[in-house]
Amino acid sequence: MTTIVPTADIVRTADGVPLKVKLRRAERMRKIRAVSLIAPLFLFLAVTFVMPIGIMLFRSVQNPEVSQILPRTAQAIQQWDGEGLPGEDVVAAFIADLRAAKEAKTHGKVAKRLNYDLSGFRSLTLQTARRLPPPETPPSELLDKLIEIDKRWGETRYWATIKKAAPPYTMFYLLAALDRNFDVKGNVIHAPPEVSIYIDVLERTFWMSFIVTAVCFLLGYPIAYLLATLPTKHSNLLMILVLLPFWTSLLVRTTAWVVLLQTQGVVNDAAVALGLWSERIQLIHNRTGVYVAMVHILLPFMVLPLYSVMKGISFTHMRAAASLGANPLRSFLKVYVPQTMPGIGAGILLVFIISLGYYITPALVGGPRDQMISYFIAFHTNTSVNWGMAAALSVVLLFCVMIFFGIYNRFVGIEKMKLG
Amino acid sequence: MALPPYASPVERAWYYSFRVICALIFFFLIAPIFVIMPLSFNSEPYFTYPMPGYSLRWYDVIFGDSPQSILWQRAIKNSVIIGFSATLLATALGTVAALGLSRANFPFKGVVMAVLISPIVVPIVITAVGMYYFYAQIGLASTIPGIILAHTALGVPFVVITVTATLVGFNQNLIRAGSSLGAGPARVFFKVTLPLILPGVVSGALFAFATSWDEIVVVLFLASVEQHTIPRRMWSGIRELIDPTIAAAATLLIFLSILLMVTMEILRRRSERLRGIKA
Repeated sequence: MTTIVPTADIVRTADGVPLKVKLRRAERMRKIRAVSLIAPLFLFLAVTFVMPIGIMLFRSVQNPEVSQILPRTAQAIQQWDGEGLPGEDVVAAFIADLRAAKEAKTHGKVAKRLNYDLSGFRSLTLQTARRLPPPETPPSELLDKLIEIDKRWGETRYWATIKKAAPPYTMFYLLAALDRNFDVKGNVIHAPPEVSIYIDVLERTFWMSFIVTAVCFLLGYPIAYLLATLPTKHSNLLMILVLLPFWTSLLVRTTAWVVLLQTQGVVNDAAVALGLWSERIQLIHNRTGVYVAMVHILLPFMVLPLYSVMKGISFTHMRAAASLGANPLRSFLKVYVPQTMPGIGAGILLVFIISLGYYITPALVGGPRDQMISYFIAFHTNTSVNWGMAAALSVVLLFCVMIFFGIYNRFVGIEKMKLG
Repeated sequence: MALPPYASPVERAWYYSFRVICALIFFFLIAPIFVIMPLSFNSEPYFTYPMPGYSLRWYDVIFGDSPQSILWQRAIKNSVIIGFSATLLATALGTVAALGLSRANFPFKGVVMAVLISPIVVPIVITAVGMYYFYAQIGLASTIPGIILAHTALGVPFVVITVTATLVGFNQNLIRAGSSLGAGPARVFFKVTLPLILPGVVSGALFAFATSWDEIVVVLFLASVEQHTIPRRMWSGIRELIDPTIAAAATLLIFLSILLMVTMEILRRRSERLRGIKA
């Protein structure tokens, strides 16, 4: 056996630079080149995608209205202990701020913000702003003047609400997205039942996603199995029946279901003619319609990963099990199904993750009680224009999706996400 | 799997009932698509069979010159402009980035990859609301370029995924061979790399195009009437007055999907053949 004896000197390249240095330099060049190829896309996504979402999500803890529009009040009210009524400095600051806000026409924003905390505050603020006492009123009389305008200014809870809404950052929206709120002392309490809807919405989102995933699995497993076991010639033909819906526009498929499921639609026609049910029944704008349309749209996402795993499973194992005396059901459950676990995991997680963020199909096919969390994010953006709430619900949804995506990435691998 | 000759009657019964179950599931998958197409030729504004007569009037609503048609034609034009621009941008950015990703390991590669893939991970409503909030502040809301940027971001992950997958089997020595023969980096890319990874690039581009063509949520938030696309018109159609015009539009889109699907399938087979994988 020969051993390589290192020569006295280090290995050098032709130009006399040590090989090690030269190699390291080449490797660094490679890295720089790779990074410079990725940089354009990375920056593009950072600006057009990551930053907008980041800024929007940050909106869930921002609380600019009171701190910016009523700055003197926000500062003065911090000294007040929340018992009884605030001192005359706070009242004077409030009246001065409100007068300035009315001139700048920003008092509507504050009114709206305070109303999130305590309903009725909007009209109270707007009314008060219209009838503010004259500036020369002595400070000691100001509180009485306010109570004269509206006796609610004599109640602690209205002043306490201003104090609660004063800090520039708040957990208010995030807590509200989980049906929680702060009391006057700053303890987290359950929000009043008339505004507690979001835990319900979250549960409904999970429940509907679960049902859709389960049904997709029950329908997807048999046809993936059939596709994987048929001769290629036949399975390619049947594969078209999976791929065509997959490539067909989401809106086209939702439209098709809206048309089919109408009370005067084709499904009711066929069912009445076949005697499945005797009277036309409501199939749309309810939960049934949403389930049917969502399962139809998401089924290919279940079939494709299952198929690609099943395609690689050899049937000799099943035959071996049969020759060892297992009946077909037993060999299927004990030998075949365990081998398809990667496909089952990938399909179930993918369908579940996509379902969690569903918006279009429930909005078009569902009724008011079938809307998922995405609908409420859109609602707070478009209709109520409550950015804090839209952002807080987005944080909740994104958090849930990220958890499941973490699992997906761990077991399947994000780069293996094949979509066709 | 064919039924073996020694199968028991129970196995036989199960074998055939399994096929019936599968047939029903396939029927569920495909029926809606085939039911809606004939309804677009209905002479009456209903969605019921049997149809009283046939007519092309709903296609005339799209291609004619009524006030409605102007909206539809503008939607088609917008969809084409947005779709092609977003595809072009996404394909260029995505392909170049995939080349970089396959070349070397560098710090935080996992994080970078996560960012590049994130547009298909983040629920679309969150993306749309975030973009609406930000683009409105910089004057990109209600503009075609704003929607193009948004759709590019949504389509890019597909290009990155498909091109990266093609590059896995790519022999890096071919690039070195090209360089050693005196070609510059650009020449090597266009003469050596691109022809070999073309199936991946094209299928990524098709995915990006399909994403933009089909996208509705971002358009709902970012577009005003002037920027409405085909899906946005259909959305209004379903919500406001539902008549067979949307069935006609749906039929046209289904033909486009068939075209996309066939192209994808041809590409997949070609790429498998090139890489020596037998179907």
